[in-house]
Amino acid sequence: MGSGSTDVNDNLLKHEEATTQPRHALDGKSLPESVVGYRRPSPGTQPDYLHSPYVSSITRSPRLPLIKLPHTLTEVTGPSFSANLVGSATADLTTQHSGQAIGERIIVSGRVLDENGKPQRNTLVEVWQANACGRYLHKRDQHDAPLDPNFSGEGRVMTDEDGRYQFMTIKPGAYPWRNHHNAWRPAHIHFSLFGPAFVTRLVTQMYFPGEPLLPSDPIFNCTADENARNRLISQFDWDMVQPEFALAFKFDLILRGRDETPFEA
Amino acid sequence: MSLQATTWQTVGPYFRIGLEYLDTFDLAPAGTAGERIAVEGSVLDGEGNPVPDAVIEIWQANSNGEYACAAGAAVDAPSAAFTGFGRIPTDNEGKFRFTTIRPGQVPGPGGVMQAPHLAVRVMMRGLLKSLVTRMYFPTEAAASDPILQLVPEQRRGTLIATVDASRESTLLWNIELQGANETVFFDC
Repeated sequence: MGSGSTDVNDNLLKHEEATTQPRHALDGKSLPESVVGYRRPSPGTQPDYLHSPYVSSITRSPRLPLIKLPHTLTEVTGPSFSANLVGSATADLTTQHSGQAIGERIIVSGRVLDENGKPQRNTLVEVWQANACGRYLHKRDQHDAPLDPNFSGEGRVMTDEDGRYQFMTIKPGAYPWRNHHNAWRPAHIHFSLFGPAFVTRLVTQMYFPGEPLLPSDPIFNCTADENARNRLISQFDWDMVQPEFALAFKFDLILRGRDETPFEA
Repeated sequence: MSLQATTWQTVGPYFRIGLEYLDTFDLAPAGTAGERIAVEGSVLDGEGNPVPDAVIEIWQANSNGEYACAAGAAVDAPSAAFTGFGRIPTDNEGKFRFTTIRPGQVPGPGGVMQAPHLAVRVMMRGLLKSLVTRMYFPTEAAASDPILQLVPEQRRGTLIATVDASRESTLLWNIELQGANETVFFDC
């Protein structure tokens, strides 16, 4: 498995396994008066709601200040998901129909960790994407590019015991949108994850290395911090390339981690 | 040393491709204990227009004030048991509707019980990251809820549903992104 750049994470992991408490008490009524919350994001590492180059954010972003919410039992608990939701058909987007999906076959894999380096086991990963021509199987997508009857663009998997996930899919195409003159979205795959708590939810987009459309894309550029932004770009992954069959890209995802203060006695 | 959480990106206009399989219009399968209710409302943008491409996710306690998933119940499709999770897209008119049970009270900061509420996450094209809000039930307990106390008094009403005068088990609650009745959203 491709693990070349996860040494730091692996070291953190060993430390983490040795020192953390069980995730959280199961019976809410037995919790002490305060719960340990999740870390707040570092400045600039998450988008603001209003990013005017992304035109639809103008009428869809709040105008009044948000109210800071202390994390309560509501925020530190969250849904867990049955393994019934996933299967081989949901992990391989290229073989969900009678014929092979058209396009460049790729393996997308990586690990889901929290900010403390702890692997996020058995957590649901949902993905959706355009086909190789840059067309979504959706009634609102009117881009003049062909649909592929053998590609729906929908997948989901559960992470394994090490927090790893893996999909087989085709490389999505770029497509035009009407945000500004000659606007094109860079090729991307949408990811949706839950993690252990209401506040660990993450929906994001994975991009591809060497993509010439990234500098002009207002969605990719909505996050001020350049390093945070660039972590949305997957890495070409020789270790996972399948000879004569498929190229591979690696994309790790980090969910919010808990503050390390233990429960009050 | 620690890692940094991955940055959010919008769900975009086509999330139904990947998320629709788990739409949950009834959070409380037959046999779920508690008072059954329906919640109806609209999502409205800054121009007052309905948002037909939003999706909300609900997280709530059971009627005893316990989070069912935390006690082992897992979301399935279709779910056979109450899990407290729901995913509801808006329709072509920007409306959402779901049925569930009224949750019990759960502990809050300082050991003060919170009033019955649903945690609500809102996602749509145009939102670069999700918005988090809460829907409270129109009960006396809301007056002393420790989270509502953090909200300026004149805005608290945006978080409290109203009972439909013609259908007593139906609660009405809108999500307004801007304007005079902009819903209170939380930084959490």
